Amino acid sequence: MQKLKYERPVIQKMNAGLMNKFGTRTEYEPVKQIDGVSVKSLIEKYGSPLFVLSERTIRRTYQDTVRAFKTRYPKVQFAWSYKTNYINAVCNVFHQEGSWAEVVSGFEYNKAIGNGVPGKKIIFNGPEKTNEELITAINNDSLIHIDHFDELYQIIELCDSLTKKPRVAIRVNMDTGVYPIWDRFGFNYENGSAYNALTKIVASGKMILVGFHCHIGTYMLSSDAYAIAVRKLSDLAWKCKSELNTTIQYLDLGGGFPSANTLKGSYLPASDTNPHIDEFAESITQAILQAGFKTDELPLLILETGRALIDDAGFLLGSVLANKRLSDGRRATIMDFGVNILFTSFWYEHKISPAQDFTHHTEDMVLYGPLCMNIDVVRDSVNLPLLNRGDHVVVHRVGAYNMTQWMQFIQMRPNVVMIDEKGNTHLIREAESLKYIEQLEKMPEHLSSFNI
Amino acid sequence: MHLKKNIATSESGFIFNPATGDSFSANPLAAEMLLLLKQGLSVSEIKKNILEKYDVELSQLEKDWDDFAAQLKEANLLDH
Repeated sequence: MQKLKYERPVIQKMNAGLMNKFGTRTEYEPVKQIDGVSVKSLIEKYGSPLFVLSERTIRRTYQDTVRAFKTRYPKVQFAWSYKTNYINAVCNVFHQEGSWAEVVSGFEYNKAIGNGVPGKKIIFNGPEKTNEELITAINNDSLIHIDHFDELYQIIELCDSLTKKPRVAIRVNMDTGVYPIWDRFGFNYENGSAYNALTKIVASGKMILVGFHCHIGTYMLSSDAYAIAVRKLSDLAWKCKSELNTTIQYLDLGGGFPSANTLKGSYLPASDTNPHIDEFAESITQAILQAGFKTDELPLLILETGRALIDDAGFLLGSVLANKRLSDGRRATIMDFGVNILFTSFWYEHKISPAQDFTHHTEDMVLYGPLCMNIDVVRDSVNLPLLNRGDHVVVHRVGAYNMTQWMQFIQMRPNVVMIDEKGNTHLIREAESLKYIEQLEKMPEHLSSFNI
Repeated sequence: MHLKKNIATSESGFIFNPATGDSFSANPLAAEMLLLLKQGLSVSEIKKNILEKYDVELSQLEKDWDDFAAQLKEANLLDH
């Protein structure tokens, strides 16, 4: 006689009329494949945990986002935000789609050059730029976004020894009705320091002022704030033209559009609350079109969107290491991936789907990572079907920031694969090894041996 | 291991504790184990019964039984 399928026994208390702090069940279907490639086969071939990127999703998301802006405004240029995900294969998908590079350090700048991005299509942001990095950027005709007065004077000094005039913009911070104001980067609009910087740039005669940059925040849930930012930048552009006789060529609105990940503490899922990319496009483009620029003087609109373009394309596959019960009776499930590689679990209630069939029975549980550290909590409370040791799960929307902010801490960082549009898998970053980790270490001679 | 005498259980997995007013839902295996417990079977008899009927290794069942017992205790359904 064939034996019946086994599912471990569970009972669940029924609460009538009370809110369940674990939220409602969200997973009704297992996620067994990504772009037609089975999760099981991916883990068998590349190990667990494993980051998977969908090239098809990256391209589709990019094209949809670009379309949202280009159908509303004639001059639009996207620049891929390297810090969001600078694995070269990922960057090159964006570059193939026509994206420039937006970098915030010399390291990222060199990565972009190494990927083959022409220097004049690299935007160099950030508060730290060494003399050497600035000279390279100036010689490459890159767009240098000045962050503070010290940097402004640093460039003026460098110009004395260079024949080439740097193309520069200033980063402007401002009150857009979203608090706290992101005023640590750039020059403030309201107190006049932005205009002061502009007058110094123009008066120096050593730089070409080409644009304005702002980045009003991250994971912005209001499209109106961008319209306010555009109006303030446009006002600066008008003053620049009328008082400094300099026409601004572009407005760089930075990034900050949210993805569909749900922020911790949110009452509703992000899919119910976050504005669609069309709303941001409408607010931004309408504000520029209404700012009074002549048709032939409309500035180029640059966007440095990162998170919203890549989050959906990233998946983290993992496996259950163990189940246990905590002192208060709660179920705890230990996964083979933790906060060391899923940095965004500090911010998001990541959607997690089992990768194999399950019944309708569920459990409220805490999801822990494998680190021997108390902070290693992937989900504080989540309602999932019954998981057993060895079962696989898929964590959704992990494409942004995890593959740059991940840490080699206790465990090493795993393989990253990309599934191309034909369903072929490519290893785009190898899992780390002990040899790789230790290659930069040096052992002083007197510490090279011991007897225990 | 004994369930409290006044605990009501159904084959469909509904559990009711009239002393506290608490109700619980059990998945099919938990419901079956509860019915066997109510019938007075010993723990080893229940495990043997389950091993014969279901596709599960003894080590897995042992682990899950202990966890099940912890759930019943936590839910205040066991006679101490």
